[in-house]
Amino acid sequence: MTTAPTAERLQVARRRRVRRRGTRIAALFALLVALFATSLMVGNTLYGPDEVLRVLFGGQVPGASFTVGELRLPRACLAVLAGAAFGIAGSTFQTMLRNPLASPDIIGITWGASAAAVVSIVVLGLGQDAVSLAALAGALLTALAVYLLAYRRGFSGARLVLIGIGVAAMLQSVVAWVLSRASEWDLPAAMQWLAGSLNGASWERVGPLALAVLAIGPLVLALGRDLGTLRLGDDAAAALGVRVPAVRLVLILGAVTLLAAATAAAGPVAFVAFMAGPIATRLVGPSGSPLLPAALVGALLVLGGDLLGQFAFDSRYPVGVVTGALGAPFLIYLLARSTRHGGLT
Amino acid sequence: MTRDHLLEARHVTLAYGDRTVVEDLDLDVAPGRITAIVGPNGCGKSTLLRALARLLAPTGGQVLLDGEPLASRPTKQVARVLGLLPQSPVAPEGITVADLVGRGRHPHQRLLARWNEHDYAAVAAALEATEIADLAERSVDELSGGQRQRVWIAMALAQQTDILLLDEPTTFLDIAHQIEVLDLLAELGRERGTTIVMVLHDLGLAARYADELVAMRDGRIVASGAPGDILTPELVEEVFGIRSLVMPDPVAGRPLIIPIGRHHAR
Repeated sequence: MTTAPTAERLQVARRRRVRRRGTRIAALFALLVALFATSLMVGNTLYGPDEVLRVLFGGQVPGASFTVGELRLPRACLAVLAGAAFGIAGSTFQTMLRNPLASPDIIGITWGASAAAVVSIVVLGLGQDAVSLAALAGALLTALAVYLLAYRRGFSGARLVLIGIGVAAMLQSVVAWVLSRASEWDLPAAMQWLAGSLNGASWERVGPLALAVLAIGPLVLALGRDLGTLRLGDDAAAALGVRVPAVRLVLILGAVTLLAAATAAAGPVAFVAFMAGPIATRLVGPSGSPLLPAALVGALLVLGGDLLGQFAFDSRYPVGVVTGALGAPFLIYLLARSTRHGGLT
Repeated sequence: MTRDHLLEARHVTLAYGDRTVVEDLDLDVAPGRITAIVGPNGCGKSTLLRALARLLAPTGGQVLLDGEPLASRPTKQVARVLGLLPQSPVAPEGITVADLVGRGRHPHQRLLARWNEHDYAAVAAALEATEIADLAERSVDELSGGQRQRVWIAMALAQQTDILLLDEPTTFLDIAHQIEVLDLLAELGRERGTTIVMVLHDLGLAARYADELVAMRDGRIVASGAPGDILTPELVEEVFGIRSLVMPDPVAGRPLIIPIGRHHAR
């Protein structure tokens, strides 16, 4: 019996699958570039591609140099970086825990950042940089707490989701309590932060986030294949030679740091971490690592959501309001579907 | 031909937290043969298999692969010699049969390396051996339980290990699929000399298919050897706590166990 014809068929099918995936990722990337360019041109004053390009290459254009170079460009960069970080972080958690509900904004990590930020704005009266650092610390500490609470002789995705939802509820009440006692001049700052907004975008905010994304993003993306094998279950992955505890630790630390850095820079832009992965899988297909497509979809969501929020309505809305309006129905859809499949996991 | 590797447990003690499940156990896995581990629920048979597969570190003693402690060898290197089909693996949503079976190539591939002809040949051979080549591009979600179990076995075959451990490979299957899976494993053992260790629930099937039987109770091995040599009514009573008749089955000549329940006892 020869298996050569089967091997050949497999090869053809696999090549086709890899090519199709490549094409779709390229299309997402092209869409992101187009949206990025649009966001640089559109605003109160419209600038043409030629003016924008000249600014990008360091030329001086009256008006455009400031509006594009100092306002729109950092804002667009912040949107892309934060969106990519949210997408990678969310998709990492969802894939690793084999549960679309296990994204960091559902299991309390994002709320940890929010609670820390609101406390430092309202109670401690700290400035912008200190608030960002507090948000970072809040996210990391919450992740650690959820992990420790959920760890019982092993690791269960469903248990972690339930504990995370409980922790999220606790932190939400902390936020609500602090806000109820806030003075009227602290309240707008806190609310603005909570909504997730790119209004304060500046190069000083883009810098640390860019560093985090460039340093940690590739590390997490490189573990994509191990992550894909982890989806078969911890035992199966270990039997296939994945160093499960080490890989999981690096993935969790990387994802939480990305999420925390993005949250510190742009606020908890609602539901992006949660939506990016499932949408990316729907678009690109279930084979291969979901992380790179999720990064692209996350960037598209934040950049597109910000454009919509700024220009599609009578008044301007922060990006988090737009993504929240998209994300809530998506959450209901996923919940309805997962109960139909019989359980959360 | 595959090279025979040696898998042994030496004075192994296994515990979950402070609950000791297996204490001071010795086992030499017979190379190139089919070993079935049997015993009542909670006797530690699955725990022992997990330890043999390095998924559970012994709290005392060692599991040795070719004389070296399992824990001291790189896990990816071990994965090229030792494969495991866990009891309840998870099929990612929407994954195709070919893709899932292809995951068995994980220990043979490097980061970012493309698939080479060995990978395709191994997956093709695994699909042919389990007779699911026609399903290669189907989604695993759409398959029946029996087909799905064959997909998982194909994944373990694609790993091309000389030792294959299986935790209850026939659970959830109807009798026809149980026989089919065990026939497949028996052929694998005979044709490639693969060492097979499986935990089986069904004592009758274990007696029928295993070359070596390991009977466990309360975390220790009560008896081990060829089914025809060790399976007696006394052993069945000691291990499972039931009275029985043991006689050669008319088809394979292996021991056939007929339990005597209270209902039929006179």
